[in-house]
Order: sequence, then structure tokens, then C-alpha cells
Amino acid sequence: MTIGTIKELLEAEVLCGEDCLDADVHSACGSDMMSDVLAYVKDQAVLLTGLVNSQVIRTAEMMDMVCLVFVRGKKPTQEMIDLAADSGMAILATDMRLYEACGKLYVNGLVGNGRKL
Amino acid sequence: MSESLTFHFDVDGEDFTSAGQASVQVKKNLRRLGIPPEIIRQVSIAMYEGEINMVIHAGGGEADVIVSEDKIEIILADKGPGIADVNLAMQEGFSTATDSVRSLGFGAGMGLPNMKRYTDEMTIDSVVGEGTTIKMVVNL
Repeated sequence: MTIGTIKELLEAEVLCGEDCLDADVHSACGSDMMSDVLAYVKDQAVLLTGLVNSQVIRTAEMMDMVCLVFVRGKKPTQEMIDLAADSGMAILATDMRLYEACGKLYVNGLVGNGRKL
Repeated sequence: MSESLTFHFDVDGEDFTSAGQASVQVKKNLRRLGIPPEIIRQVSIAMYEGEINMVIHAGGGEADVIVSEDKIEIILADKGPGIADVNLAMQEGFSTATDSVRSLGFGAGMGLPNMKRYTDEMTIDSVVGEGTTIKMVVNL
């Protein structure tokens, strides 16, 4: 699925990374707890979250993610957007809740990593 | 690369917003050195967790990353409160983080176990009231 398709499915606004919309991504994860993202995520390219602070961007960067989606109408600060743009990440923002946003992407083929603990 | 290369950082304990800057810089430096991506990921996640810990628990500290021919060492030293029971602190889910830290998305009690998981060696040297030094090694 491309980042552009994620934008369409989630009726999202693109806050940075317009030039990445054609990039292909193969799996995603959703969490408001960055500790869990750092502990359990492996090779997912997209993070959906309702948490807004600069550590969300850094966590995504550490995990080599290419796209961040803020849910529940949350908007990052300009400083966060700049930080993401610097590392070549796309940021989308949607009014959907986390569960619904993840569900929409999942049924359209964007899976998790399928692992259990 | 026959000689080792050291990157030194002062980690500011006052500012949660800037926490992780050293790890981001290390990631960039390692990329420039042509270190394999999977190794870079291990080093940067382990260091980022440690850096967050230093900011949350210890009021900052110092970080050194030493790149040599066969390994990358990460040394994180702080003068914080120390860890009273290291074995307990290593248990997944154990955390002394405050609710305000949790509201920032951290404090799940996964930091130290995660640092161990992403590195080949990890030693914790901690004295209550004096501080903590954590040394991690990722083999190349």
C-alpha cells in the first residue's frame, strides 16, 4: 500500500512528506505507548498514534519508520513536523480514532507483523 | 578502521523534548561510517532507551559511543539516584516512572530489558545515591 492510499483511506491531511506519497509500505502498528513501540515493533514502516510529543518522532526515527499518522484529530507542533521532515518521514493527521484507523488500513491489506509474544 | 572512534555527548536532563538527540546523532554518524543498518538499529534503539532513562530518572548524564573494528560500545553514565535492585529493574514491566512520564508515552518498564535485548552484552554498575553507569556492546 502506498502512503498516498493511507491518506485516502483515512481521509487524512498531509503535514509533511508530500513527496513520499508514492512510497510503498508493507506493515504498520498502532500505539500510544512509545515504550511498547520500542520493545515490540519490528520492521513496521507506519506508526499510528494519538500521542503528541517530539519523542514520537524520535521513536519512529529509531525504528526506521517512514510514515507517522496522528489520529483523533491530534496535531503535532511545527517543531515536530520539522523534525520529521528532517529525517525524511511523512506525517499524516486524521480525525479517526486509533482503532478505526488501524482497522481501515488492515482490511485494505496493510498488516501488522503477525507475531505473538 | 584500525583505530577506534569515540563520540561523546552531554545528555541534558532538564528537557524531555530534546531527549534522544544524542541517539539521533549517533545513528547519523554510524550511517556515515557505513555500519550495517541492522546494527545501527540495535545501537540506536538501545542508546535511545538509555538516553530517555537518563533524562527521566537521573537528571541527565554523559554518553560515549566507541566504534572499533569488531564492536560498538555504548557507555551511559549518570549521577542520578542509582538503582536499588538491578535484578528487579531488569524485569519486564517493572517501572518507577511517574504518571507524568507515562503520559508522555514512556515508563512501561521495558527500557532496561529492551537495552539488553538489542545488545550483545550489557553491564549495569549502580550505587544508590551516587549514580549509574551502563555499558552495552554490540558486536560487528
